[in-house]
Amino acid sequence: MIHINRVKKIYPSKNGEVRAVDNVDLEINQGEIFGVIGYSGAGKSTLIRMLNGLEIPTEGSVTVAGHEVSKIKGSRLRQARQEISMIFQHFNLLWSRTVKENISFPLEIAGVKKANRDKKADELIKLVGLEGRENAYPSQLSGGQKQRVGIARALASDPKVLLCDEATSALDPQTTDAILDLLVDINKRLGLTIVLITHEMHVIRKICHRVAVMENGKVVESGPVINVFKHPQEEITKRFVQQVIEPEETKDTIEHLLAQYKSGSIVMLGFVGENAEQPIITKLIRSFDITVNIIQGKISPTQNGSYGTLYIHLDGAEKEQALQFLQSQEISVEVIKK
Amino acid sequence: MTHLFPNVDWEKMWLATQETLYMTGISIVATFILGLLLGVILFLTAKGNMWSNPAINKIISAVVNIFRSIPFIILIVLLIPLTMILVGSMIGVNAALPALIIGAAPFYARLVEIGLREVDKGVIEAAKSMGAKPATIIFKVLLPESMPALVSGITVTTIALVGSTAMAGVIGAGGLGNLAYLEGFQRSQSDVTLVATIIILIIVFIIQFIGDYITAKLDKR
Repeated sequence: MIHINRVKKIYPSKNGEVRAVDNVDLEINQGEIFGVIGYSGAGKSTLIRMLNGLEIPTEGSVTVAGHEVSKIKGSRLRQARQEISMIFQHFNLLWSRTVKENISFPLEIAGVKKANRDKKADELIKLVGLEGRENAYPSQLSGGQKQRVGIARALASDPKVLLCDEATSALDPQTTDAILDLLVDINKRLGLTIVLITHEMHVIRKICHRVAVMENGKVVESGPVINVFKHPQEEITKRFVQQVIEPEETKDTIEHLLAQYKSGSIVMLGFVGENAEQPIITKLIRSFDITVNIIQGKISPTQNGSYGTLYIHLDGAEKEQALQFLQSQEISVEVIKK
Repeated sequence: MTHLFPNVDWEKMWLATQETLYMTGISIVATFILGLLLGVILFLTAKGNMWSNPAINKIISAVVNIFRSIPFIILIVLLIPLTMILVGSMIGVNAALPALIIGAAPFYARLVEIGLREVDKGVIEAAKSMGAKPATIIFKVLLPESMPALVSGITVTTIALVGSTAMAGVIGAGGLGNLAYLEGFQRSQSDVTLVATIIILIIVFIIQFIGDYITAKLDKR
């Protein structure tokens, strides 16, 4: 669906050139939710803006839904943009228009007749759950509702691709989750390809199928979300994964407990995919003469399986056998304290 | 009434009021169109905008600044040749129009430019990302989104124009200014000057009231 081929974006500046995007190659498939994560200044914003021609690459080519957006201009580019919608961090709604008029705007641009515009807008208002608010102005809406209008507006022209430019970064956690659920729903229902950029691993974990990690204009790591969670290669990726897997307080808790437990072992178990849902602990207690204390655990569902960590304390006569059993399972086992 | 204002000829006063309203009305319509046009071009040709063009921007900006800084009374004199060509006379209400419009339009153009600069850049980008044509962006985004500023700008300009019509009256254009000057000042009939001034004040208050009302009504932010 989207081919990004050896793309570079170089800005001239006083202190030499700035490579905002440096030799990026990406393939994004039809119907996929693809996430690009990076800290601010990593170049992800420039990258996503090249997908609808708001930025033109200095080198390389970008093809989206069969349009070579890095090359076409004028009316052909405008036509292509009707198939590549975008939603924004700050929503970018027209304050002078009501919810319904905002959603109708892309249809006015496409030259759709008034009656059809109204029909389509009503459908979309229902789809994003804004019934009863169609005649409200953006200033009368909450942040989450504004983004719902943004999404409805983006869907009005029946696009093939939806670009999300930090679409949840201005929202509170609860609203973020509601908007992300809506995006997944749209992706499944309409088969829409979604590309999103974010600095929150939570967003990637929750809705993306594949992810690319960007640093200094380069894609340093990419692949299915579950794999990246399982084996993060780069330092930056590990930091992002830690954002969702290992809360800050875990380290403190563990250190505290290490002092508290005089005997037995403390083990960290890592679950990935299917294993995360198997009753390994139950098997463990039933098969061996041991006591198991669960210290801390967290399971994070992703779009292609779950990922979780569990800290347990093992003690008893068959401790060694129990450890061997754990190591024979398809989970990662790390003994923190013998 | 005749006791309070012995020298006021109410029929003449009414006629002068109509002349003032006529001059203000015609020139404000022309100022609105011309100012809007210049303001939009000034905005769009500025650096980083849709039709970014430093040369055109500088030329229009210079012309606007020149006409904005010439005192109105001098502008009328300078424009005598043009007025003679356009209107064919230097006396009467129509003779004031070219100077009124050329004096007010650059002023309004700057207000339009400021109003357009206040439009959220993100909204313009959103329209672009939807595949909007430049004309669509101008008429469906830039102008509606800056409408309160455009209306309050035209209110300020109209009030300035009422003042200018009075000045134009002094050199023979008619209207309340002309009456106040000829009948009031030169014949030492201060009651005529007073009544003419009060009428001008009332006109200004009404314009301000209407302008504020429409601005508030339009602003949904």
